[in-house]
Amino acid sequence: MGADANRGNRPLSPHISIYRPQITSVLSILHRITGVGMSVTAVLIVWWFIAAATGADQFAFIDGILTSWVGVMVMVASLWALWFHFFNGIRHLRWDAGVGMGIGESTRSGKIVIALSIVMTILTVILAI
Amino acid sequence: MVQLSLPKNSRITTGKTWPKPDGATNVRKFQIYRWTPDDGANPRVDTYFVDMDTCGPMILDALIKIKNEIDPTLTFRRSCREGICGSCAMNIDGINTLACIYGLDEVKGDVKIYPLPHLEVVRDLIPDLTHFYAQHASIMPWLETKTNRPAKEWKQTIEDRKKLDGLYECVMCASCSTSCPSYWWNGDRYLGPAALLHAYRWIIDSRDEATGERLDELEDPFKLYRCHTIMNCAKTCPKGLNPALAISEIKKLMVERAV
Repeated sequence: MGADANRGNRPLSPHISIYRPQITSVLSILHRITGVGMSVTAVLIVWWFIAAATGADQFAFIDGILTSWVGVMVMVASLWALWFHFFNGIRHLRWDAGVGMGIGESTRSGKIVIALSIVMTILTVILAI
Repeated sequence: MVQLSLPKNSRITTGKTWPKPDGATNVRKFQIYRWTPDDGANPRVDTYFVDMDTCGPMILDALIKIKNEIDPTLTFRRSCREGICGSCAMNIDGINTLACIYGLDEVKGDVKIYPLPHLEVVRDLIPDLTHFYAQHASIMPWLETKTNRPAKEWKQTIEDRKKLDGLYECVMCASCSTSCPSYWWNGDRYLGPAALLHAYRWIIDSRDEATGERLDELEDPFKLYRCHTIMNCAKTCPKGLNPALAISEIKKLMVERAV
């Protein structure tokens, strides 16, 4: 049985630690992260609305957090997450229809999604101010 | 299940640095994953220096040169040296590809070589592909027919034959499946890009008469639907095929027959 003596102790070959990130794989995980992140932001915004309907003290508390520099950072990041998730969602819908799945196309559409999400975030911030 | 870190017995240690070849002026550094079942030690990464002036142009040429001239214990699979047998698939410079058709000039800097990701290692660059082959067998990779056998052959129009282009070329090297994070985390139940590309190859074959059964088999939350279009498979395929597209086509057929 010599050849099989160590069969049970075979190591697992390295995976995520050695695989080179691809634009497609990075955007894929970002799609999930932005999706989860936005649901957390949604809770914050609902809290803000409920506080506004509850009373001045309650509103002042959450409004203070959301308009602090940390709060503004979180909101701008969430704004980008919203735009990114929106455009990448369209990219995914096209893929679901079997469109734009070529190797070059999927890389290009990824770059377009990144560019659009940044441009729209800046535009939204400018319009909001 | 998602498990980002490696099990204890799989963590990689620093290995041996082998001496530079005598008199060589144009050497290149190779860092290669090593593991042997003989000594009970963890895997390690050994460093080799290869004389590029006397080495062939491909990664496989360098591996064979190391085995011949520096370290005969270095173990890897290889056979055809022209990208048709699929034996020498490994992780080179961070992507999965065939060592025989990947040029040394395509890698910048040191050449890092690991076995195909997230598989049990038999030795050095040789992973255990038993499960991968079993999954391939599970999709019935053959022509299934019900009508009587024709006198001569199962005929196909030129247009129908064209539908198999981009599918039949697969050499089952496992580069795509082992590049897929979904396959890393759920490979026990998710069939992976290679098996699904083959499944689609038989689903759209105009001569095959088991299309419904084939789709029934794949109607499963894990077998097919763990594909999240991460696209690592299509990006890494050494034959330039697009398993992600084939999977997408299967998903479309599922919807079409449901509505």
